[in-house]
Amino acid sequence: MQNRMLPYMLLLPATIFLLVFFVYPFTLVAWQAFATDEGELTTKYINKMASHWKFEKALTYTLVLALVIVPIQLALSLLMATLVSSMKRGRDLILYIWTIPLGISDLAAGIIWLAIFEQTGFLNSLLYSTGMIAEPITFLGYQDKGTIFLAVVLAEIWRATAIMLVILVAGMGLIPKEYYEAAQVYGANSWQTFTKVTLPLLKPSLQTALILRVILAFEVFAVVAALGGTNLPVLMGEVYNRQFVLQDNHTAAAFAMLILLISIISTVFFMWSLRTPKGASI
Amino acid sequence: MSTQPNMVVGQSRAARWAFNGSVLFLCLWVLVPIYLLLSNALSAPSEVTAFPKKLVPSFDTESVEFFLYFHGVGKALWSSIKVAFITMIMSILIGAPAGYALSRFDFRGKNAFRILVLMTRAFPLPLLALPMAVMFIRVGLDDTIFGLAIVHTTLALPFAVLITYSLFSGIPIELEEAAWTLGCNRVQAFIKVIFPLVLPGIAASAIFAFVVSWNEVFAAAVLTIDNRTLPAFLLQSLDDAPLHLKFAGGAVMVLPALIFIFLVRKYLFAMWGIANR
Amino acid sequence: MAEIQIKQVSKSFGKVVALHSIDLTIADQEFVVLLGASGCGKTTLLRIIAGLETATSGEVHIGGKRIDHLPPKDRGIAMVFQNYAVFPHLTVYENIAFGLRMAKLNQSEVDRRVNRTASMMHIEQLLQRYSGQLSGGQRQRVAVARALATEPEVILMDEPLSNLDALLRMEMRAELKGILAESNTTTVYVTHDQVEAMSMADRIAVMHGGDIVQAATPVEVYRNPAAHFVASFIGNPPMNFVPAKKIKDGLWSVAGAQISGPSSTKNELQFAIRPEDLTPKENGLLKAKVALVEPLGSHLLVSCNIENNLFRVILDSDSSISSGDILSLQPMEDRVRWFDPETELAV
Ligand SMILES: Nc1ncnc2c1ncn2[C@@H]1O[C@H](COP(=O)(O)OP(=O)(O)OP(=O)(O)O)[C@@H](O)[C@H]1O
Ligand SMILES: [Mg+2]
Repeated sequence: MQNRMLPYMLLLPATIFLLVFFVYPFTLVAWQAFATDEGELTTKYINKMASHWKFEKALTYTLVLALVIVPIQLALSLLMATLVSSMKRGRDLILYIWTIPLGISDLAAGIIWLAIFEQTGFLNSLLYSTGMIAEPITFLGYQDKGTIFLAVVLAEIWRATAIMLVILVAGMGLIPKEYYEAAQVYGANSWQTFTKVTLPLLKPSLQTALILRVILAFEVFAVVAALGGTNLPVLMGEVYNRQFVLQDNHTAAAFAMLILLISIISTVFFMWSLRTPKGASI
Repeated sequence: MSTQPNMVVGQSRAARWAFNGSVLFLCLWVLVPIYLLLSNALSAPSEVTAFPKKLVPSFDTESVEFFLYFHGVGKALWSSIKVAFITMIMSILIGAPAGYALSRFDFRGKNAFRILVLMTRAFPLPLLALPMAVMFIRVGLDDTIFGLAIVHTTLALPFAVLITYSLFSGIPIELEEAAWTLGCNRVQAFIKVIFPLVLPGIAASAIFAFVVSWNEVFAAAVLTIDNRTLPAFLLQSLDDAPLHLKFAGGAVMVLPALIFIFLVRKYLFAMWGIANR
Repeated sequence: MAEIQIKQVSKSFGKVVALHSIDLTIADQEFVVLLGASGCGKTTLLRIIAGLETATSGEVHIGGKRIDHLPPKDRGIAMVFQNYAVFPHLTVYENIAFGLRMAKLNQSEVDRRVNRTASMMHIEQLLQRYSGQLSGGQRQRVAVARALATEPEVILMDEPLSNLDALLRMEMRAELKGILAESNTTTVYVTHDQVEAMSMADRIAVMHGGDIVQAATPVEVYRNPAAHFVASFIGNPPMNFVPAKKIKDGLWSVAGAQISGPSSTKNELQFAIRPEDLTPKENGLLKAKVALVEPLGSHLLVSCNIENNLFRVILDSDSSISSGDILSLQPMEDRVRWFDPETELAV
């Protein structure tokens, strides 16, 4: 109908909001990372970040965590989505249960797994009462990097598989079931149907899920803080320490730029590797 | 939502057992840890640190009471609610008109806006807390509820836009047009026809925004000191707080989330269906 | 009085030109059908009259008043949508009352009109139901009732019967026509079903590629198509065409036969005749080789070949013909039409 300006008026608040509170701040953080308070360009904050003894560890742990967690979550969420989609009764209930962690914050998830892994926690209690150990083991002490890592991996898988599941289930819902039927008619077994029909048609959803999930993985922070304190340094934890504890916001910004950089690289990678040729979408 | 034809089940007994077994296992995988947390929270402080631990709690409210009366918790809880509430209102008020515009109009710049919204996904948004801290000091919003709510709105807004976009797209434009031909102007048609139809969905996306803010830790911890939210409070007392305080705090954070996810469960999938195309 | 005048209305969507320059006057209380193939611009024209789409240029007048700058609500129109657009959150009663409530009529008047239109459409027993509890046909009735309840001067309908099954469509066709005639409204009705158009319309406006090619009574459109397109679109099967060469003024050679026709400056025309307007006759003017015989019960549809042109004839079902036969056919003289192959218009 009339009024060419109406859509722009409706978009205006959101656009202004995003420009002021999203685009502008990100330029600001870049400026903070590369310029002194006096406005001189410098790489000293970057150097300061890179030469810090925790830097390499934080970067490595962050990347390795993502590398271990995300593939497992991908497989798990695909499995869950397939299970759900071939379910007749109880589908809604199961989906609800499986998506519960979606509403649980990373900090709460960390605390939940703390209840399991702490020294007087449920894991030790279980091992003890089944007679496998004589006295409780410290899983999360400052020397136990391996078990802390494992606990973080479990907590992250527990917490953040739900978001991928939701995206994939929604994506599967968009695939007309005739395609599956056609594949079956032409003799594909269920595995072939899955790899030749489901996966390719699910590509846009897989892409979204992976982009979102990997970026969240680079932001891992509260789970680690709850389970390992500062024993397992990660990038986001360093940002927090610089900014909040040490009040060194330039170096914090430098760390932020690094997280931003690997986020963008991974996004571009998934955009490229999971692109759908024009016109080949459902 | 269409379902895949029955391929896993129905082939053999063994396959059926494997199927049901995996479903059950995955349900337990999600539920047991939550149960353990709640069990801890409902145990007396002395039981929390006892060893070995019992699987059934003693239903003692001392831990929870201790937590709730702990210095600063009441205030943090109240701050959390306020921030989440403001976030919810702002993201719907700003996001829904944009979602409506995207679903109903074709106009120059539409794609640019969509890209702007989708771009937020490629950025680690909690990092916004850093520059915002600087910005807020300049304008006097530092360490305020409203300042934090703004950051949380940035997190929730893209979802609000995309969810409402898909909600409005799900309502045939003919309904609106029919209302116009029957004597409504745009606003009346929206109020009388579109709004009643999208209301449940809008409520769901509002709740979703609430949850986003309720759960957010990093920006809250960076941006607030006096007005700490519950997650920020918990994070900062991780080092020194006794275990039962952590568990009671965790439980207080988790419970609303359980209810909220239950309320919005129908919309979780609808919103991702269209939102990622 | 609600005469609709459409003056030089054109519409483009970006690069797509949906309507070229439409001129059409629809008399008060007339029932005009917009007929044409998919994508020819019928819906677009209807929506411009309704005010749901803005014309790129041109004017629309209703009842002598220019209305193309007014929003739909101020045009005195009602519309029935192809998918009915019955509000799902309101009962049938409230759906029908919707326009009346917008017009702020008092409750007793609303009641009276809702009940009247509901009984007119035979849906009194459905008034408390919701859209989701109705069948397609019932929903369609609600949509029409909702439009009629506002007692509009103009009713616009976009393929209102296309979602119904064949039998129901035939029933509704007759019923709708009766009801609309009674209600004294001017009606613009979009369809691509020519039988529907023929049976309901006072006048058919045949559209093609964003133009109105002919606007005339159903019989006129059928008997005297104004253009090649109309002749080849209307009728089932449509008209036959055979190229004709001028022998001399007023005499044309059609597939070897000499047939008297119009005098024209052109050297080539097209001879056209409807399949049912030919009779088999010894020494008939046209010789056609039978390619296919389709018995259709009441008659035979015979597809033949005349100088490599497909030529269809409708014959009595008791004539014994098989493919390969040579038919000798005599066209009924007053039914022969001529078209100019260049302008595609009737001569
Ligand atoms: N919103 C739009 N944007 C772009 N092109 C459009 C739009 N609406 C219609 N068109 C184009 O305008 C032309 C006419 O469309 P219109 O809907 O009027 O056809 P129609 O005669 O109603 O066809 P049908 O019988 O299939 O409903 C078509 O080529 C169509 O593709
Ligand atoms: Mg149409």
